[in-house]
Amino acid sequence: MSSIPVKESHLTRYPKFLGRSLWLATEGSFGFYAWMTMLTALFLVGANAWAHQVAGGMISTNMTDHVSWGLYIANFTFMVGLAAGGVMMVIPAYLYHDRKMHDVVIIGELLAIAAIVMCLFFVLADLGRPDRFWHLIPGIGKFNFPISMLTWDVIVLNGYLVLNLHICGYLLYMRFLGRKPNPVWYVPFVMLSIVWAISIHTVTAFLYCGLGGRPFWNSALLAPRFLASAFVSGPAFIIVAMLLMKRLTKVRGLDAPISTLTGIIRVTILINLLMVASELFTEFYTGGAHVSAAKYLFFGLHGHTALVPWTWTAIGLNVVAALLFLWPGILATRHRWMLAAACAMAFVGTWIEKGMGLIIPGFIPSTLHEIVEYAPSQLEWKVTVGIWALGLMVFTVALKTALPSLNQPAE
Amino acid sequence: MTHTEDPPRQPSLPIVENLSRRAAVKGGFATLGAAAFVAAISPLRHAAKNSSAAEFMQQHYKELSPEGKAAVIARLESEAKENYGAEVTIADDRPIPGTKFVYAINLSVCNGNGKCVEACHKENNHDRSTNQSYIRVIEMPKGTMDMEQGTTTYTGAVPKDDKFYLPVQCQQCDEPPCVDVCPVKATWKEEDGIVVVDYNWCIGCRYCEAACPYHARRFNWKQPEVPAEQVNPDQSYLSNRIRPAGVVEKCTYCLHRTRRGKLPACLEACPTGARVFGNILDPQSSIRWILENKRVYILKEELGTKPAFFYYFD
Ligand code: SF4
Ligand code: SF4
Repeated sequence: MSSIPVKESHLTRYPKFLGRSLWLATEGSFGFYAWMTMLTALFLVGANAWAHQVAGGMISTNMTDHVSWGLYIANFTFMVGLAAGGVMMVIPAYLYHDRKMHDVVIIGELLAIAAIVMCLFFVLADLGRPDRFWHLIPGIGKFNFPISMLTWDVIVLNGYLVLNLHICGYLLYMRFLGRKPNPVWYVPFVMLSIVWAISIHTVTAFLYCGLGGRPFWNSALLAPRFLASAFVSGPAFIIVAMLLMKRLTKVRGLDAPISTLTGIIRVTILINLLMVASELFTEFYTGGAHVSAAKYLFFGLHGHTALVPWTWTAIGLNVVAALLFLWPGILATRHRWMLAAACAMAFVGTWIEKGMGLIIPGFIPSTLHEIVEYAPSQLEWKVTVGIWALGLMVFTVALKTALPSLNQPAE
Repeated sequence: MTHTEDPPRQPSLPIVENLSRRAAVKGGFATLGAAAFVAAISPLRHAAKNSSAAEFMQQHYKELSPEGKAAVIARLESEAKENYGAEVTIADDRPIPGTKFVYAINLSVCNGNGKCVEACHKENNHDRSTNQSYIRVIEMPKGTMDMEQGTTTYTGAVPKDDKFYLPVQCQQCDEPPCVDVCPVKATWKEEDGIVVVDYNWCIGCRYCEAACPYHARRFNWKQPEVPAEQVNPDQSYLSNRIRPAGVVEKCTYCLHRTRRGKLPACLEACPTGARVFGNILDPQSSIRWILENKRVYILKEELGTKPAFFYYFD
C-alpha cells in the first residue's frame, strides 16, 4: 500500500476505525435496542446454563456414552454449513461479475463471521474440559496434525474466520478512510475464500465419514450432501436478512441480489433432495446391517421412534420449500411473504436434517448394536439458544457497521 | 464519505452535543451487561476452586520430567485423600520391554455370569452410582454373529440353552481409530500394546468415543463417586486412579497389575476359566499356544482395526 501518505499510521487509525464502528453500530432506534436487549438476555441465560454444566459436569446434558454427541455438535455442523453458504453471494459477484451482487456481497461475509463464531462456541460448549482448550493451540499444546480430522477442522474454521475478518475489515476500513479499496488487497482473498468455504464443509464432513465403525456416516456422499444443503441454508438466511433490511433500512438495490439467490436455491434445494433420495435408495434397496440407522431415523427401530417426527418434519419442510421455489410467482414483489416463508422452511428443514437428523442416528444403534435414545435436555437447549443469540448479536452489529457503505453502493 | 478526510483529532460523529451523555448511557449499559455476565457465569467459580493452577498448567504426560512426574503424582495422591478420604499410592508403571499383551476369550466356556463386569467396576474405581464398567457382555442367539440380535441387558439364570455370550471390552487395536482421531494426542498406544489416556491432558471432546467401533470408551459425565472404604488404593497414573470429571477413560488391561506380573482383574474374577491373558512374544505362554492351535477370530475384522483381543470356540 504505497499510496498511503504516512500522516498517521494504520496502527493508530485502525483502532479508531474499530471504535467508531462500534459506536455507530450501537446507535439505533428503540426497536434496535429492544432487539439487542432481548438477545443479551437470551445470551446470559445460555452463559449461566453453560457455567452450571462446567461446574457440575456434563451429567446435566442428556448425552450418554452411547450417544456421545448431541445438540451442540448438531448445531455446530449446521453452522459450518451456514458459514460456507455465505459464499453463494461471493461466487456470482466475483466469478460471474454480477455488479448488483458486488455491492452487497459483504452481507454474506459478515454472516460467515457470525456463523464461525457460533461454531467455535458450540465446540467449546461440547468440551468436557473447556479449561484445557489451550491443549488444542498449535505450539503450546499438542496438535495431532495431520492425522486427526478435528485438527484440520480447527485450522480451516479459524482460517476462514481470519479470511473473512480481513476482507470485511479491509473494505470497511477503506470506506472509513474515504479511499477506494485496492483490489490487490482483497480480490485474491475473496477468491481464496471461495475455495476455503468449500473446504470448511468438506473437512467437517470428513470428521464423520472417516469413522469406519459408524455406517450411517461412512458414506462418500456425505461431503457433497453437506455442501448442497449449505448452499440452501446460507442463501435462505441471507434472503430473509435482506428482506428485513428492505423494510428497516435505507439500503437500496437489494432486489436483484434477492432474485439471484432465489435462483440459486431453486437449484441447490433440488440437488439436495436428489442426493437424499439416492442415499435412501442405496440404503433401503440393498438392506443389510447398514440400514439400521436409516431405519431408526425414518421409521423407528424395535419400537424406538424418538427421531421419526423430526425426520418427517424436515422432509415435509424441504419438499414444500422446494415446490414453493419452483413456483415462478415467488419472485413477484407482492408475494414477498411467500418467499420469506419458503426460506424459513428450507432453513429449518436443513437445520433438522444436518443437525439431529445427521448426528444422532450415527450413534443409534451403537457400535455394539444397542439402542439408547437421546433427546436434548433443558440445559442443552438453553446453551444452544444462548449461542444463537450471541451469533445474531454479532451479525446485527456487524451489519450495522456495514450499513453506511451499503447505503452508498460503490461507484 | 466526507467526514473521514478530517484530521482525526476532530470527532467525526454525527451528534456532537449529545456525545458525552450518550457515551455515559452506553457505558452504563455496557457495565450493566458485564456485571450480569459475571453473575451468570458465577458457577464457574465453584469449578475453578476444584482445580489448581498447577493442574491447569500441567504438561502432557510424555513431556513431564521425572521430578515433574513425581510432583504431579504427589498432588494426585493428596487430592484423593482430600476428595475421597482415601490413602492411595499412584505408581507410574511402564511397559516391560519385549512384552506385547493380548487377551483371548473362549466363547464355548463363557456363561454370561458377569463376574468380570463387576470385578472391572471395583478394580478400576468406577463411579458407583452409574455402575460403570469397561466390559459389556452381549447375550447372543446361537447360530449368528450378528450383534443386532444380541442384548446386553439380559436377566434371569445363565447360561440359557439357546444363547451364547460375547464379552466385549477395549480390543487394544493395533490400528486404533480412537488414537488417530484425538486432536491433542491425549491417547496413544504404548509399546506393550496397551492404549492409554492421559486423564490430565484429555479435553473431553469425545471424538475417540465416536471413533471406537467396540464401544470401549467411557466419558466421565460427572466426578466419580466412590466411598472411601471401597477405593482401590493400588493405582497407576495411566490406569485406575480416580478420574477427573469431563475426560474419557478406557480399559487398560489393568496395566497397574499386568505390568507388575499379575493378571487382569476380570480374568481373576472369571469363574469359568474362559479368559486367557499373556505375552504373545513369549513362545512358552498359553496364549501363544491358543492362538496357534485354536480356531481364532476377531470382531469387525473388515474395519481394519487389528484387535489384540481374540475369540475362539473349542
Ligand atoms: S477397542 Fe476402541 S478404544 Fe480400544 S483401541 Fe480399539 S478403537 Fe481404541
Ligand atoms: S475425548 Fe480426550 S482422548 Fe478422546 S479424542 Fe478427545 S481429547 Fe482425545
